[in-house]
Amino acid sequence: MYQFNYHKPSTLTEATSRMVEAEEGAYLSGGMTLIPTLKQRLAAPSDVIDLSGLPGMSGISIDGDIVSIGAMTRHAEVAASDAIPALAELAGGIGDAHVRNRGTLGGSIANSDPAADYPAAIVALDSTVRTSIGPIAGGDFFTGLFETALREGEIVTSVDFRIPDAAAYEKFPNPASRYAVVGVMVARCGDAVCVGVTGAGPYAFRATALEEALAADFSPGAVDGVAVDSSDFNADIHASAEYRAHLVGVLTKRAVARLG
Amino acid sequence: MEIKVKVNGTAHSLDVPDNTLLVDVLRERLGLTGTHVGCDTSQCGACVVHLDGTAVKSCTVLAGQADGAEVTTIEGIGRPDDLHPMQAAFRENHALQCGFCTPGMIMSAIDMVQKSDGRLDEAAVRDGLEGNLCRCTGYHNIVKAVLAAQDRM
Repeated sequence: MYQFNYHKPSTLTEATSRMVEAEEGAYLSGGMTLIPTLKQRLAAPSDVIDLSGLPGMSGISIDGDIVSIGAMTRHAEVAASDAIPALAELAGGIGDAHVRNRGTLGGSIANSDPAADYPAAIVALDSTVRTSIGPIAGGDFFTGLFETALREGEIVTSVDFRIPDAAAYEKFPNPASRYAVVGVMVARCGDAVCVGVTGAGPYAFRATALEEALAADFSPGAVDGVAVDSSDFNADIHASAEYRAHLVGVLTKRAVARLG
Repeated sequence: MEIKVKVNGTAHSLDVPDNTLLVDVLRERLGLTGTHVGCDTSQCGACVVHLDGTAVKSCTVLAGQADGAEVTTIEGIGRPDDLHPMQAAFRENHALQCGFCTPGMIMSAIDMVQKSDGRLDEAAVRDGLEGNLCRCTGYHNIVKAVLAAQDRM
């Protein structure tokens, strides 16, 4: 690792001030992405600002049909919660037990890794990302490869999820890393069907053509014949863009089948 | 920067560079070399310790993140003449070959059993050890040992 200055601020104001003052700052949440990145010298921040000392950033609370999850809540805690079973299953499939003991919801979504699991839920569920500045609709949060709607110095503090009538997450994990080669969350809210896709494109998105087909006929067979546009999909040694497009359909079918 | 950590019950106050990893504090500063560095890329689990009672990969934790915390390493769970039940089960079930992964396996297994209420089956143990690699591929006896130990913990 290159040298950096480590800070553990105790208030949001202090944290954002550190970021503004830093030559090149990096927020540290659980560190499951940032620390390996630092160790490989793929990043060289002058200042690492650890958010774990901020109060009130961790925990799960339920108010009516809204589940609010603090940004510093570890994956293991979400996995053990029965508030939204599909979200618990998603969290329980991230990385391995040790990663889930450290990695956080806020850290995962702020990174907008195209192969992360949580982004599928952010776009598929009716969600609101709350930050040090204000709320951002979940559907507007991811804007590009490792890019989000967060402004300079802005810190995710929590995410609100409206409890869906039903939801299921299916993923095709990379056998070594357990990152999603493709992951699909299908959620039903009243008559609406939402299909959130991660892993396939540069950032998580909703597959609107699949949603329309499933809104008309909520059955696995409805997915057949719906074209998934793979023109901007990821292609790497693990899967071609065409294969990822195929997986979007297969995983959507599996999720729909589970929801009966 | 200065950090305060309690390791295996002993309080330490240490001055370390800001970019120090917890595993290096344990091995280089405190001489606790039972915690191993295998892959150094958060994958193999040879460096697993308990941080405030939870299994973590200490190669992927900064020293500053452990400031104020309690850490338990493989040296802190038993003695040669009084092995932890998990250590005893590993010995009895031939759950180690070269032994390099063993400290991480044992620290992961203890955390898994402590959080399971003693109802782990083979599939749950294999899933729980997802983040621990044994390059001798001796998993079968490791799983047997964890299942045996859960009845004695």
